Amino acid sequence: MKFLHEYRQRDAAEKIAGEIARLVTRPWTIMEVCGGQTHAIVKFGLQQLLPEQIELVHGPGCPVCVTSLEVIDQAIAIASIPDVIFCSFGDMLRVPGSERDLLAVKGAGGDVRTVYSPLHALQLAEKNPDKEVVFFAIGFETTAPANAMTAFMAAKKGLHNFSLLVSHFLVPPAIETICSAADSRVQGFLAAGHVCAIMGYEQYLALARQHRVPIIVTGFEPLDILEGVLLCVRELERGGCAVQNQYVRAVERKGNIAAQQMLQRVFDITGQTWRGVGHIDASGLRLRAEYSRFDAARKFAPVTPILAGDSGCISGRIMQGQSKPCDCPHFGGRCRPEQPLGAPMVSNEGACAAYYRYRKRSTANEH
Amino acid sequence: MNTECPLPVAEDETVRLGHGSGGELTQRLLRDYIYPHFDNPWIAQGHDSATLPLTNEQLVFSTDSFVITPLFFPGGDIGELAIYGTVNDLAMSGARPRYLSCSLILEEGLSMQTLARVMSSMGKAAAASGVQLVTGDTKVVEKGKGDGLYINTAGIGSVEHGLSIGAHSILPGDLILISGDIGRHGMAVMAKRESLEFEGPLLSDCAPLHEPILALLDAEISVHCLRDLTRGGLATALVELAETGSQQFYVREDDIAICEPVLGACEMLGLDPLYVANEGRFVAFVPAQQAERALAVLAQFSVTANSRVIGAVADGRTPQVILQNSLGCERLLDRLAGEQLPRIC
Repeated sequence: MKFLHEYRQRDAAEKIAGEIARLVTRPWTIMEVCGGQTHAIVKFGLQQLLPEQIELVHGPGCPVCVTSLEVIDQAIAIASIPDVIFCSFGDMLRVPGSERDLLAVKGAGGDVRTVYSPLHALQLAEKNPDKEVVFFAIGFETTAPANAMTAFMAAKKGLHNFSLLVSHFLVPPAIETICSAADSRVQGFLAAGHVCAIMGYEQYLALARQHRVPIIVTGFEPLDILEGVLLCVRELERGGCAVQNQYVRAVERKGNIAAQQMLQRVFDITGQTWRGVGHIDASGLRLRAEYSRFDAARKFAPVTPILAGDSGCISGRIMQGQSKPCDCPHFGGRCRPEQPLGAPMVSNEGACAAYYRYRKRSTANEH
Repeated sequence: MNTECPLPVAEDETVRLGHGSGGELTQRLLRDYIYPHFDNPWIAQGHDSATLPLTNEQLVFSTDSFVITPLFFPGGDIGELAIYGTVNDLAMSGARPRYLSCSLILEEGLSMQTLARVMSSMGKAAAASGVQLVTGDTKVVEKGKGDGLYINTAGIGSVEHGLSIGAHSILPGDLILISGDIGRHGMAVMAKRESLEFEGPLLSDCAPLHEPILALLDAEISVHCLRDLTRGGLATALVELAETGSQQFYVREDDIAICEPVLGACEMLGLDPLYVANEGRFVAFVPAQQAERALAVLAQFSVTANSRVIGAVADGRTPQVILQNSLGCERLLDRLAGEQLPRIC
């Protein structure tokens, strides 16, 4: 971890911030796509270092936030079935479904477990042949290869008691949707470095050209993000729309070919509903026909409650860069991490949770 | 389904319900597994309660329950925690820990070997802390109704100083001292619980803290407040103290030591070390002019050898904790909504 300190140095940060301030001649709105980047920005207070003309808006890259209510209700229904061990990453447990969350299922005696890797869930299935083990496979191109790998391994091992509740999302179609929106304010993007580590960034070339937006593949440490902003501002100021790679230590142009092959072997592309945003064509993944026996939604065909009405959450506007968490009338009032109205207040990668947790002194007294 | 033929278990290999009955089995449990580790006149009486010599000093009284899984973790076990946890709570009042009680809730089927290991380490920890375990109780619950072993300890300590140590005594201008690096205990337990392997040894910091604290008082440091950094870690402790004492703290993240294995584990899992539990660390609020002398005293004890100043009590009116990070930016520290959860990607 010695590696990290060098990306958190004050002198270097101030130098890059100074460079940005020197370059900027007018206001620019830049979206960081990934929730991990949002958290770093808010946690490290990076906006405090940037000139006022630079506004950072927060993108849809929080896997917990975009998972649709319907899928969360399916998860809750499956987790409530006796003899099911339902495995999930921790964040998902507190996301409100229509009537309750997965923690409530656990509290009522359901066997809901937090795992750190989908392969843990697979091991559980091997160890518990008389139980059905279901893994909640959520996330973007980053988590999808490992989830694909578990389905692949389950098939290889001939496991019959293992399945995936799949809710996978693809980032480029979401960027396309944001760019195409008539009221989009976003002028440049910091693309999610880890997604590009898997997928590469060739996909972004046409997108940047077509919508005339610079896209900078960016890492997650404070200096990465500042450098990403610098490259983006430089491009914006000269009227360019290049795709550039700030995160060269992790990302190659073509990405991780082996991971992409595993993805294609197990999943194919499908339409997907993004919570708060709506349906986006070809923006999700589903298990291919030859792996459909590992599809928990098919296996259990859970009966889910009628979708809840409007909670008042404005997550869709926030995730498309149209609003900030502080713009929401419920932020910090009716909606708090211990009592969330929507997913962005729950997740480690949700913008609202980041704003709430890392309030600055200036905003602290307002809420 | 368990298809194996159950082997006959020798009588004393595991805890049985009868061990909590108060009859012969209970007596044997006490005689063979518990008393040998706590050799003092009070427990030897085997009476319902212990009669203790009361002095004119003020007494402090505290209790804590220990329900940790796994029972054994790198750097410690539930037995040590049960002693040090209560010893440290007493020490945070500047008290000398004197007497402890211990209640054991055993789950039917717990191996006697495990119990023996835990009791042995409790005995050693009590001796190391200079406390006498003078009374106790043992109950057995049915299999499936406990995680092997729960321990409650309560403790009495005596106060030999005239200070009023607590959040209410914190004053603007006080410096905030921390007794070492943070996050070891929580991450050691999590690593063991989840079978995560990290580079470098990651040992719990679990240790008794009364000696360095009594030394501070002996050196006539006017300690205003002490707090051990257990559940919720450094951040939660500071937020609670700021609120209770109605003071504003200013803390510099760069001055908070975190060892590489803890930093690495936290980065990987997306956890914030400021919120990770410790079992052998505390913060002390002392007048600025005495801070250097206090650090010199703490430097003499291995458990507090790496003490340092991490911040100060500010003049601001709003009770809050402001953290300045490595980039020089500021943010507020707050309580967490619930448990810290690892991130997804």
